[in-house]
Amino acid sequence: MAVAREATPVSSAADIKQADLDREDLLSIYRNMLITRGIEERGHILYRQGKIPGSFYTGRGNEGAAVGVATAMRTDDVGTPIQRDMGVHVARGTETWRIFAQYMGRADGLAAGKDGNVHMADFRLGLIAMVSHLPALMPVAVGCALAFKIRREPRVAVAWSGDGAMARGDAHEAMNLAGVHRLPVVFICDNNQYAYSTPNRSEFGVDHLADRAAAYGFEGVVVDGTDVLTVYREAHAAIERARAGGGPTLLELVTLRMEGHAVHDDAFYVPRELLEAYAKKDPIERYRRWLKEQNVLDEVRDDEINVEVKKLLNDAVKRAEESPLPEPADLLTGVYAEPEELDTPHHR
Amino acid sequence: MATKTYLQAISDALREEMRRDSRVFLIGEDIGVYGGAFKVTQGFLQEFGEDRVIDSPLSETAIVGSCTGAALMGMRPVCEMQFSDFVSCAFDQLVTVAAKQHYRVGTPVPMVVRLPSGGGFSGGPFHSQNPEGYFAHCPGLKIACPATPADAKGLLTQAIRDPNPVLYFEHKHLYRRIKGEVPDGEHVVEFGKARVHREGTDLTVVTYGAMVYTAEEAADAVSKDGTSVEIVDLRTVTPWDRQAVLDSVAKTSKVIVLHEDTHTSGFGAEIAATIAEEAFEQLDAPVVRVTAPDAPIPFSPPLEKAFLPQVADVVAAIEKLSAY
Repeated sequence: MAVAREATPVSSAADIKQADLDREDLLSIYRNMLITRGIEERGHILYRQGKIPGSFYTGRGNEGAAVGVATAMRTDDVGTPIQRDMGVHVARGTETWRIFAQYMGRADGLAAGKDGNVHMADFRLGLIAMVSHLPALMPVAVGCALAFKIRREPRVAVAWSGDGAMARGDAHEAMNLAGVHRLPVVFICDNNQYAYSTPNRSEFGVDHLADRAAAYGFEGVVVDGTDVLTVYREAHAAIERARAGGGPTLLELVTLRMEGHAVHDDAFYVPRELLEAYAKKDPIERYRRWLKEQNVLDEVRDDEINVEVKKLLNDAVKRAEESPLPEPADLLTGVYAEPEELDTPHHR
Repeated sequence: MATKTYLQAISDALREEMRRDSRVFLIGEDIGVYGGAFKVTQGFLQEFGEDRVIDSPLSETAIVGSCTGAALMGMRPVCEMQFSDFVSCAFDQLVTVAAKQHYRVGTPVPMVVRLPSGGGFSGGPFHSQNPEGYFAHCPGLKIACPATPADAKGLLTQAIRDPNPVLYFEHKHLYRRIKGEVPDGEHVVEFGKARVHREGTDLTVVTYGAMVYTAEEAADAVSKDGTSVEIVDLRTVTPWDRQAVLDSVAKTSKVIVLHEDTHTSGFGAEIAATIAEEAFEQLDAPVVRVTAPDAPIPFSPPLEKAFLPQVADVVAAIEKLSAY
């Protein structure tokens, strides 16, 4: 029995105007999606070249979901993106070269080599670094929202999880606490249909993960995560409702993980027909088509943006490769924080 | 100075820090309307209101996790595990998230987890434990285990002001039983500075928390036979004051390490190993550990008494070492 609302797709430019996006915003979304995919494609090449230690994870197919939500956040909102959400880091303005430095374990990586791959965040941009134990950051995001509520600040926390992670107790405790206190938090579930090799049917017994929201006293919405504009519209509505004191929302963004769990995984267990169906719904291609239909983008501008993105990525990789590796002497720095570190705008 | 119970001292520290700093807030189960299972926060809801004294659902993971988030946003959360035993439900939030956040990405997590701990009341396997050992193994966390009312206040004040996640173990058996002089107003006790609870010359007992008093009774008992026991109260397990322990070993050359936690991989093992590494030449006898045995803590009084280190156990260890 499905109880969540299924979001109707955005159809026209008029729809989008209502959601506060102008022409430049629309192009910026496009550019951020291209950068997101470009970072992960370049990262994969660097990985194969042996320049990235450990493993490598991508979010191919999730670019629209990630960029759509992040675009709906305001500057002083905060979020806890997970490993398929490179688009959130990009849309919030994370420096691209530092992302490559992060991948390569360099001193200028966002974790300065202390942690790798997507376990990163630029805190100055309101992002909190994920841990592997998903969705452990859901309760953390709820705590951010609790701080905003206590201080009567008009800010919102966005808590990400995946379809797999929604089976963990952290998800339940976080959504329950948020529901009890009507906290300004929006829960985003990137449902890419697979938790490593485990399909949705082995993960949950409800029709939609968003159905669970009703059990916590707030609305759940199922959204086509390959449609960046619908994602944006629903995220914008949920975030602004939270800001206005209307409490949490759970948005389930349905996509398909177009690559393996990590690069070692060929995802043989994902049916070919499903991959083909979602290849036709590629979020970037889909959005590009729409921009052209709406006369927001023409061939010339498209080429310009692609050239610009390519240059950004080239420069970023070059600069990251020039970043030094961390010194072994840095091993023990930062295990504990020092009192003066609390003397920041956030902590004062 | 005023004479206070250990429990009043904890309550005072919380109240004074909340009055001083509007960023400090409390969250936990039954801490508001009910005033806490042990009444540590009685009257707090009335004074500070429901924004700062939050009755939480039964959700240790969300309690600790939300404190991490609030701390990152500049608050100074203090949460309560109703019994320290229940911190196992929040292990991941402490060990995986809070403890490693600063090392990984440089963002401090200034928060306190209050943990009523310890046995002696037939609380059984789930209301009596001393789980500090699990967390002492985790870099990034700090651990305080006050024994006296003055330290209960001073260490909690420091814990709230510390830029790191701090586990503050308050021993339930000390709450109303132990009274002592507590400085009025601001009182801060630095972490990592042990306290010599009792001066002595023949033998050192290194301990913390409620076992300080067990050691004291044993020291009184053997003093009648002319044995002079020094008691070093660590006050904090992370960081711990190696130098104070080594200084006392240099003085007495015989050491008992005493704790209420179980034996194998208990924090006493770390103390004993450090003494072996750094003070081997100064020892006149092997280091002796007096701890609870490697078993869950049982319910029935005779079993629980057999489990918890008793004065007689410490006396026996002192006599064994004295004769060595």
